[in-house]
Amino acid sequence: MNTMLNEMRWAVSDTAVMTWRNVLRYRRSPDLLIFSTIQPVMFVLLFVYVFGGAIRSGGLNYVDFLLPGILVQTTLFGSTQTGVGLAEDLQKGMIDRYKSLPMARLAVVAGRIFSDVIRNVFVVMLMIGVGLAIGFRFQGGITGFALPGVVVLFGFAFSWMMAMSGVSAKSVEASQAFSFMFIFPVTFLSSTFVPVETMPGWLQPVAEYNPVTAAVNTARSLAHGGEVWGWMWRMLAWTLGILVVFVPLTVTRYRKV
Amino acid sequence: MSLEVEKGTVLGLLGPNGAGKTTLVRILTTLLMPDAGRATVMGYDVVKQAAELRSVIGLAGQSAAVDDYLTGRENLEMVGRLYRMGRRESRKRAAELLEQFSLTEAGDRRTSTYSGGMRRRLDLSLSLVAKPPTLFLDEPTTGLDPRSRIDLWNVIRGLVDDGATVLLTTQYMEEADRLADNIVVIDLGGIIAQGTAAELKATAGNENLTIQLVHRSQFSEAVEALERSGCGRPQGEPETGRITVMVSDGSAALGRVVREFDTASIQFSDLSLKEPTLDDVFLALTGRTAEIAEAESQVDAQV
Repeated sequence: MNTMLNEMRWAVSDTAVMTWRNVLRYRRSPDLLIFSTIQPVMFVLLFVYVFGGAIRSGGLNYVDFLLPGILVQTTLFGSTQTGVGLAEDLQKGMIDRYKSLPMARLAVVAGRIFSDVIRNVFVVMLMIGVGLAIGFRFQGGITGFALPGVVVLFGFAFSWMMAMSGVSAKSVEASQAFSFMFIFPVTFLSSTFVPVETMPGWLQPVAEYNPVTAAVNTARSLAHGGEVWGWMWRMLAWTLGILVVFVPLTVTRYRKV
Repeated sequence: MSLEVEKGTVLGLLGPNGAGKTTLVRILTTLLMPDAGRATVMGYDVVKQAAELRSVIGLAGQSAAVDDYLTGRENLEMVGRLYRMGRRESRKRAAELLEQFSLTEAGDRRTSTYSGGMRRRLDLSLSLVAKPPTLFLDEPTTGLDPRSRIDLWNVIRGLVDDGATVLLTTQYMEEADRLADNIVVIDLGGIIAQGTAAELKATAGNENLTIQLVHRSQFSEAVEALERSGCGRPQGEPETGRITVMVSDGSAALGRVVREFDTASIQFSDLSLKEPTLDDVFLALTGRTAEIAEAESQVDAQV
């Protein structure tokens, strides 16, 4: 029992070291920082000013409607970086170094994911700032404070899913291509950018049961009031389900690399 | 297959690409699970006691595994922390190793700015962070320029003098010759010869006598003179005026050849007696040269 506790303590310490390494990596690669900050900001501006006038957003200003959704979209797009980063580490042979060390196996993947959580917190805050500057306002009062936490939590679950693609892919490019092929439809086929009711009838159920819709609607109702729990428990169930499936799957897969 | 490396010595594992050197090293360092059979290193089972084994070995691989986003010092400190050394201890050890490998000056630069030789030195130093008693060096100088190669050889020699036990794989005969106390030649997954460099060379037999003629027109006279002097069968090309002959009695043969050439007034610009190289050994053992074997294995890999 004692050795197990000791092992867990070391796993936490190893994960902290790997998180630090990956945060440094972000700070030192301008292209990654630009990808993860300028791109989402650009999305907000393009959607608000280009599509905003043409989208019926059910009683809310489009910027108010869009921002909670685009926060979710940003963390999901960001989660592809988890997979790509892991694939890159695997390809560069650094993984052989890690594997020859007496460190916790989980730490390489977990450190990568926690650094992405840190980045997501930063990016979400930045985007709320940009939103506020172009007219976004919280309509729902105090629950708005829970918004960043919910968005980051959901992104955390998706990072594990993408980590699985990263440790399974044969190359960085393959991981990238696969992630986007998955993330794009799953993000767009949801209530992220438009109300589900405006989609064709046959498509509505798909969007309705999409986990992204659960997350976006949770975020939206936290920001502006309305039915929170109905969406929140669905989002939490998805989050838990994804973690239960993908954490063991990814770690097992990584061991075999 | 059993490999024995005496403490404080270097065992050179020699063989062409595709012979199974890297696979063997990857299994012995727990990077790869053996498909069948079992392996132990220093008494530790590579599968069942992988964790214990990892803390007593160091590995420097073929492709220098250093983190490009970090500085040399950060690389060393990170690995120290992952060996579960304290923060302060990791920092101290990093400084020591930078000093030992002449990287102090470059220590705070990102490793993406390092030269090939510097990366290999850092890679090697990373494998030494926890002062492991046993080191696995998998083709440590592949792809380096001659100057960096010699630098690295000196570093490795120094480590061994300080008591490290090393398993070195290489395709360079010269490298094994310089560094290894004992050599095992493997090919097609099995051991085909072992011994010291001198012992292996002795199995290849005789010394080579090489003569460079001044006048190519004297080629056939020279061949006749060599046959008269009781050497082996001369081999050479009339176009280059260069002849090689195997001799069993070294310097005595040298004297006879010089006298025969004098009598026949054949002029030569160079006459040299050479010990067989490990390349000759490899050729004698496998019937192929290391380069040809390598080319073959590359063709196989493409098919």
